Amino acid sequence: MEIEGKDLAVRFGRVTLLRQMNMAIRTGEMVGLIGPNGSGKTTLLRILANLRSPDEGTVSYAGRSAAEIGARRLSQQIAYLAQGADVHWPMRVETLVGLGRFPYRRPMQGWNSCDRAAVERAMVACDVMAFRDRTMREVSGGERLRVLLARALAVEAEMLLADEPIAALDPLHQLQVMELLRCTAREGRGVVVVLHDLALAARYCDRLVLLAGGGILAEGKPSDVLTDAHIAKAYGVDVVRGQKDGVPYLLAWLPTATRISSPVSAMERAG
Amino acid sequence: MTQVAALGAVERERSSSHRLLVAGLSILAILLLIASLSIGYAPFDLKQAALDVLAGRHTLAALVLVELRLPRVLLGGLVGFSLGMTGAAMQGLMRNPLAEPGIIGVSGSAALGAVLTFYFGLAGAFSFALPLGGIAGAFGATLLLFVLAGRRAGIMTLILAGVAINSFAAALTALALNLAANPFAVTEIVFWLMGSFSDRSLPYVWLVLPLMAVGWGLIGISGAALDALTLGEETATSLGVNLPRLRLQLIAGTAFAVGSAVAVTGSIGFVGLVVPHILRPLVAHRPGRLLLVSGLGGAVLTLAADIGIRLLPVQPELKLGVVTAIIGAPFLFSLIFRLRREE
Repeated sequence: MEIEGKDLAVRFGRVTLLRQMNMAIRTGEMVGLIGPNGSGKTTLLRILANLRSPDEGTVSYAGRSAAEIGARRLSQQIAYLAQGADVHWPMRVETLVGLGRFPYRRPMQGWNSCDRAAVERAMVACDVMAFRDRTMREVSGGERLRVLLARALAVEAEMLLADEPIAALDPLHQLQVMELLRCTAREGRGVVVVLHDLALAARYCDRLVLLAGGGILAEGKPSDVLTDAHIAKAYGVDVVRGQKDGVPYLLAWLPTATRISSPVSAMERAG
Repeated sequence: MTQVAALGAVERERSSSHRLLVAGLSILAILLLIASLSIGYAPFDLKQAALDVLAGRHTLAALVLVELRLPRVLLGGLVGFSLGMTGAAMQGLMRNPLAEPGIIGVSGSAALGAVLTFYFGLAGAFSFALPLGGIAGAFGATLLLFVLAGRRAGIMTLILAGVAINSFAAALTALALNLAANPFAVTEIVFWLMGSFSDRSLPYVWLVLPLMAVGWGLIGISGAALDALTLGEETATSLGVNLPRLRLQLIAGTAFAVGSAVAVTGSIGFVGLVVPHILRPLVAHRPGRLLLVSGLGGAVLTLAADIGIRLLPVQPELKLGVVTAIIGAPFLFSLIFRLRREE
């Protein structure tokens, strides 16, 4: 399957967030969506997931519109993981992961063995088996995020669109989740992930899309996108680069020319 | 694979404990129905009365059973079930444990509709005027809600529209009391508003039963979608939940069930708030499973309260709405304290 957005434009009131944007995602690749705050990453992801319509332009799924495919079929093909960890009732972890099977529900029937196996696989993959009997009130913030990722994986959709899935995780689980997402892509599914961590984006994504200034600033292989010039233009920061076992990494660094004054010294100056 | 099998076993065990809960509450409700039939102010042999009714003998006992006891008991069960189920539905839709069936303005408006039939003297003119007025009020309110909030309204808009409709209905009810022709009419209206199952006849039951059944049906088919809504509106939509349709089903269902309940019995508060809240932990916080369980719990609570009223040596008989409010308000205080602790 391929998700293709053509000539997308989004406006909030008089502010234009995105304009004249074209983007395509195929199964089998892991695409990182990066860019500074307010550059439209979440909005673009929601448009690709058919949760919001663009003000201009069209989105097609394997050449067909969302309306042609139908809500149920589309919900089986695209899994969406929202930002944050909203869970309104403290359900049990396993029940919550099981909600990922909602797109396949049959009236008056519970889960079949296929559903159970999918839930099991998702829980194992996200390392939540140890607390599957706890309620969502009895797990930590990071564990919550992993449970919600397991929920999205349990859909076993062709496309997984995830909005900042690693923002609140500890380093080990950040790496594990990125590995997991890459494995998911290697298995032949498509993964689009919104990220702020440039180092992890560079290491794990096949392709990066850098949003800035109302459009795509750069797109392509991580090494082509994460150039000093692009990063300086998009984020206003310098980068420090290095290598470990032949794998390049990078670290954002405040430009030497910029001096940010502390609140205390600013107050002293004002006084 | 063995793990998957184990998972299945755990799940089966859980669904069987859920079935046990449903069965237990059903049996309790039936026992209370029978107990409620045999309790009253006149000496009464339930078995003899039942035999008389079945044999078609027009004895006094048969008359008391069919004309007095049966409508009261059936309405108690039906209204309690409706309040419990719609309370669970509204809490699930709003994702808020403090939501109750009246939140969308339906019960206040049903009460207004009934009060207006009193005010214009229609209630005395023909016996169905009162419930029909209440039902008309409930449907007027639902239409107004959708006009005010629109079909794609968010939860906040719905709640605000509900508050607005409720206060408008309360204002018009007060106006009717203010302008009422004589003190007797005022007393009649005020007593009716307090909510009671006494002096209702069997045809009232047949009038509201189909309406309630439609409401229960609309709410009952929304269970799985309510579960998915636990993850928030956006994620639920991505799972294929049609949110505007879900809201329409739940609001129309609540209007059918609660509108007709208020139309025949007056306002009975707190059942729809308290019952889902007590039973939620017993269904592992699953909003879909809570619907039926909360309905049964509502019937149990309402029937028990109505039995309690008739056992109390107080004259005139306490109104059910008064009793549920007196029991319910302290519960609400404790609930607020608990929510405050969790924050």
